[in-house]
Amino acid sequence: MSEIFQRFGKTLGGIFVALVLLWLAGLVLVPGIYMVNAALTPRLPLALRGGPDDVYVLENFAYLLNHPNHGWIFVKTIWSSALVTFVTLLLCYPVAYWLAQVARKWQMRLMLVLMLVPYLMNEVLRGLAWYIILAFSGPLNAMLMGLGLLDEPHRWYGDGGVLAGMAYAYILFMLFPIYNAICTLDRDQINAARNLGSATWRIHRRIVLPHAKVGIATGCVFVFMMAAGSYVAPALLGAPGSRWFTQLVYEWFFEIGNWNRGAAYGVALMAMCLTVVLGLLALFRVNLTSAIK
Amino acid sequence: MTNDINVSPMHTQSGASQRLWSWLGRAGSRLYLFAFVGFLLGPLAILGGAAFNDSSFPTVSPWQGGTLKWLQALFHDGEIGDALVSSGIVAGGVILVSLPVGLASALVLNSLNGRARGFVYGLMVSPMLIPGIVIGISTLLFWRQVGVNGGYFLTILAQASFITSFVMLMIAAQLQRFDRTMEDAALGLGASRLMVLRRILLPYLRPAVLAACCLAFLQSFENYNTTLFVRGTETPLTVFIATKVRTGLTPVINALGLVMMLAALIGALLWELKRMKGFARADRS
Amino acid sequence: MLDMPRVAKMDTPGVLPGVSSPLPSAVSLNNVEMRFGPTRAVKPLSLDVQQGEFFSILGPSGCGKTTLLRLIAGILKPTAGQVFINGEDMAGVPQNMRATAMIFQSLALFPFMTVWENIAFGLEARGMAKKERRRRAQELLELIALPDHGGRLPGELSGGQRQRVAIARALAIQPKVLLLDEPLSALDLKLRQHMRAELRSLQKSTGVTFFYITHDQSEALAMSDRVAVMNAGTLQQVGTPHELYSRPGTRFVAEFVGETNVLSGSVSRIENGTAVLDCPEGRFAGRSTPGLREGAKARLYVRPEAMRIGDGNHNDLALTIERYDFEGAFATAHAVLEGSYPRRDVSVTISQQSLSSAPAIGAPFRAGFCARDAIVLPDE
Repeated sequence: MSEIFQRFGKTLGGIFVALVLLWLAGLVLVPGIYMVNAALTPRLPLALRGGPDDVYVLENFAYLLNHPNHGWIFVKTIWSSALVTFVTLLLCYPVAYWLAQVARKWQMRLMLVLMLVPYLMNEVLRGLAWYIILAFSGPLNAMLMGLGLLDEPHRWYGDGGVLAGMAYAYILFMLFPIYNAICTLDRDQINAARNLGSATWRIHRRIVLPHAKVGIATGCVFVFMMAAGSYVAPALLGAPGSRWFTQLVYEWFFEIGNWNRGAAYGVALMAMCLTVVLGLLALFRVNLTSAIK
Repeated sequence: MTNDINVSPMHTQSGASQRLWSWLGRAGSRLYLFAFVGFLLGPLAILGGAAFNDSSFPTVSPWQGGTLKWLQALFHDGEIGDALVSSGIVAGGVILVSLPVGLASALVLNSLNGRARGFVYGLMVSPMLIPGIVIGISTLLFWRQVGVNGGYFLTILAQASFITSFVMLMIAAQLQRFDRTMEDAALGLGASRLMVLRRILLPYLRPAVLAACCLAFLQSFENYNTTLFVRGTETPLTVFIATKVRTGLTPVINALGLVMMLAALIGALLWELKRMKGFARADRS
Repeated sequence: MLDMPRVAKMDTPGVLPGVSSPLPSAVSLNNVEMRFGPTRAVKPLSLDVQQGEFFSILGPSGCGKTTLLRLIAGILKPTAGQVFINGEDMAGVPQNMRATAMIFQSLALFPFMTVWENIAFGLEARGMAKKERRRRAQELLELIALPDHGGRLPGELSGGQRQRVAIARALAIQPKVLLLDEPLSALDLKLRQHMRAELRSLQKSTGVTFFYITHDQSEALAMSDRVAVMNAGTLQQVGTPHELYSRPGTRFVAEFVGETNVLSGSVSRIENGTAVLDCPEGRFAGRSTPGLREGAKARLYVRPEAMRIGDGNHNDLALTIERYDFEGAFATAHAVLEGSYPRRDVSVTISQQSLSSAPAIGAPFRAGFCARDAIVLPDE
């Protein structure tokens, strides 16, 4: 701490530290604590607040566990987010490698510009694109029937549609970190390995993948986190029978109006995300400082 | 892609089958790349194409004839204009909060070493690792206690709480390459701390601050998950589009998407152009 | 500046006896010490630098010389002792309030400011009006012979030009002391030699005290009025370049400054300022130094250029030539002392003229030196 005042003086250093504290404490930590607090208290009418019933309880979390559907939806959200993460990783790795090591300069530039366009568009519009594609009388059904693969239109909205929409929405958050990581790999390392007679798959396993590890970890962390917290894709591409956890949170807040229970669901979502994120980092043996730059 | 594949003399015995395999490999990887780009751009093409279809529901099949009426309608749509203004207000507010705080955070982080640095770093990037809706609800819950309800103020604060992390990271990356002796040199020449900040650090960080400004704007403009919970009765653009999908989608939204796509394309081209310039500068020195 | 009593109170080691300057020392260090955690980068030391002096600190990397410079500049605060600049105690005076200016190894020119803005930066900090700043900057640009380069950016200048801009920027604030941290180390040899002369003449013409840090002894010896040799956080010896070279006071100075040959043994006799050393290779005599005791271990140092080839010398050595290093004006013969185990190398400077008559490689020959050209120092 003294380094800051030494470097910027008392006044400026004080202002900087105050701004940082206002942000981290005022905007992040304290609201977070309030959310946990709300999750642990029962919903009480105003008159009973501060009374004998205003004690910490686990009933909001218990509700999630005991509900016939909600627990299952929670698990489905985790599982689907993991699936989206895995699929985008598989899809992106070859492209990232090609972009970073194989492509000519103009090819790389063209690809990066083309990929930046969807990256710069907002999530809602990207979801809307799939909403149109998957519509009952939309282009996908029309094409499949035109090719004779379907006899009658298929209802795509539902869990499958949500997964497709998510993968589409977050795939670039996987591609760019891996691309950046592989970019820093010296091409002569690959040449040396090939020169020593290594097969292509071995070059990837022993040289490229270890080097890309940090990028892969970053990509996985962000894609998982965003998929688990996604609201647009389920809202646009889901079916009435297939609800997602984020939709449950929204319902508690704005349809049922039980904010305490909504807070508990939010805490569950956050705890799950942080666990998976830290788990992923531990799994890849990557520390936070190098994963997020 | 790679026409410069030499088959060395050692391999000529199995030349034919080898050449077949390498041809198959190249054809396969090319096919895969096209499929990947198709997967990324196809949906956008359909989204944009539907803006020209003379159908009241946005689609490209069946094609009912080309029309420009949706594009024309877009420019006369007052609701979309209001939503844009609303998004602009939020983004402006977020920039006002995130830039100074992100700058201060980067400077603080840059001054720290060792364990303290790792700890503060973890705290500063933690908002990026929490799902957007959780940030939205925690902000909502906290400010309700103080009697503040959803609206511009909460939207700006909630978005700023994680966008500041991105701003901080961008500025910190540039700061890492800063030669600290320049600060000592300036102080040694008699400059005050404030003058060092104003004349040395800020001019040095200008490119990163501008880039962070763009990023903050973009992040705020595109945000949906957090905004949904703290918006109160305001309707920024993303919320507006999502609501429209539920309550009466017309191809006007596609026309809007098309315009934003063009804006994104221009943005991407500018970014690439700037990157090329950056490379040229790096080559010179 | 008028805080004289404080100056009077402190002891001033290092000041030449008989020299009583009416001015306070430009820089005066009084038992200054710097610790970084458990390591002592600078062990308590005292030092005086006179007004208008070109003073150098010479030492290997990591000896604490840069730390010492930073203590004077105020970038670091000493853990003990006092720093005086122009007689004023600098305790609690921040770096931007000191009468020093520093030139950094990296030069630390501000890359986004033009050359003249760089030069005028210190004046801007002092609130000088822009017009006046420009005028002063132009004067300095002329002083460093770059009158037309004011509008350029530092990145557009050559290495030597950048160097001169850094000097002008430091001189612009009219410092009492200019602190230079190995400023020439990034330049190539030719330019470095040119800049030495330029720095020296600049120092003489401006009269500013230069406090120069370097690990390059030829730089220190060529430019300085006085040099302090530093090692492992302590001052080894302070003196004129000639003193250091001809009368090294410690083993470190003898071995660090210039090329030298070493013979070690024990002192058998000291008389009339001459010490006789018994070595496995024979008996040799050299000038005695304080601290030398009969019977104690000691080392004799003799410069290669003091070695004379031929029979009949005092302090005679039997050598075999291994190779010649041709160095232009002279050559250095690298020879092995015959019968020495472990082998002892001896180098002998041979002038251009006598090179043709010098012994052949592999041939045995004899060489010796005068006792007054050698120095005997106690083993520490």
